[in-house]
Amino acid sequence: MAEHTAHHTEGHEHHVVPIRVYTWTLIGLLILLIVTVAAGFIPMPVWLGTVVALAIAAFKTSLVMAFFMHVKFSGKLVWLFAAAGFFWLVIMIIFAYADYITRPWEPVPGF
Amino acid sequence: MSVKEAEVLEHGTSLAHPAHEEILGEQFETLEQQNNAYLIGMWAFIVQEVLFLGAIFAAYGIYRLKYLHEFTLAHKELDWVVGGINTLVLLASSYTMARAVRAAMQNKHGRQILYLGFTLFFAGIFMFNKYIEYSKKYEHHLIPGWGYDAHAIVEHGEKKKILEPLPDGNYKIKLETEKTVTPEEFKQRTQLFLGFYFILTGLHGLHVLVGMIAIGVLMVRAYIDYKKRKPVADYMPVEMVGLYWHFVDIVWIFIYPLLYLIGR
Repeated sequence: MAEHTAHHTEGHEHHVVPIRVYTWTLIGLLILLIVTVAAGFIPMPVWLGTVVALAIAAFKTSLVMAFFMHVKFSGKLVWLFAAAGFFWLVIMIIFAYADYITRPWEPVPGF
Repeated sequence: MSVKEAEVLEHGTSLAHPAHEEILGEQFETLEQQNNAYLIGMWAFIVQEVLFLGAIFAAYGIYRLKYLHEFTLAHKELDWVVGGINTLVLLASSYTMARAVRAAMQNKHGRQILYLGFTLFFAGIFMFNKYIEYSKKYEHHLIPGWGYDAHAIVEHGEKKKILEPLPDGNYKIKLETEKTVTPEEFKQRTQLFLGFYFILTGLHGLHVLVGMIAIGVLMVRAYIDYKKRKPVADYMPVEMVGLYWHFVDIVWIFIYPLLYLIGR
């Protein structure tokens, strides 16, 4: 046990990330904000507009998570929790939409 | 004899700095272990928040698919400029929050208070803009409930030539495709959109408010540390409020395009 703990004695190493990492993240986010506003005004089919908006939002989210929320510099367990949240969200959305979208295909009156 | 005591006997002390002893809870062996426990707990909470808000987003998407025409018309009532300014303000507040966490890690209490103050300031601007937006909805009778009235949306739609009142009293909505609805249907479905708007932005605003209180508490804590000239303070509370704050920012990153922008 002593051996185990001795291993960690120097261990409260927190990453102090250089300021420029945060600054570039902010700049990236602001550019993506302009892109998403511009994309909202470009005439395109509804489904495409939604996909583009979601893709940009997902990209912005990954920037915030990786750098502001320190996921990039954190251990595997944090990474696992972040990924699990995303994974379950995707399950919830895919299964719900698979249901609602396919209902009109059924030969019974429904949604 | 506890593990800690045994360790002290064997290695002198397990703690790199005497001040760390105050921070370390007795149920933990090392600060690293304690910090990881904090962090994982916070992430579990955030995952729960993702699923709870994700369900509302999913419901919004399903109704948007079903009532695309009505929702598109109703969403034009939202002010994309104010929404955009609020996005800008929240992104900036995330940056200052990240800087506050960084200052806390370096035990720079004064700088931490400064950046927390900036974050609070941006959050205040956000809430003020929300107040302006909500009061506009109130003036136009667009708050779901007994006083709800879709007239503002109908007039707006007529002006933009995407809504045409038919002689039989129904409305024809002209987007990529056309759809004819009765006034009653139109009222109910635009009201549904505004319901989603108020639930999503309301819950988000509530989160911002809670975050502002947490930041206020952190500022008081940092001020006490500053007065005491504490060489080492526990930065984890700041890190965790930071995680929460960035998460709230992410929620807005999705609310803004999905409610304010798409279909402009």
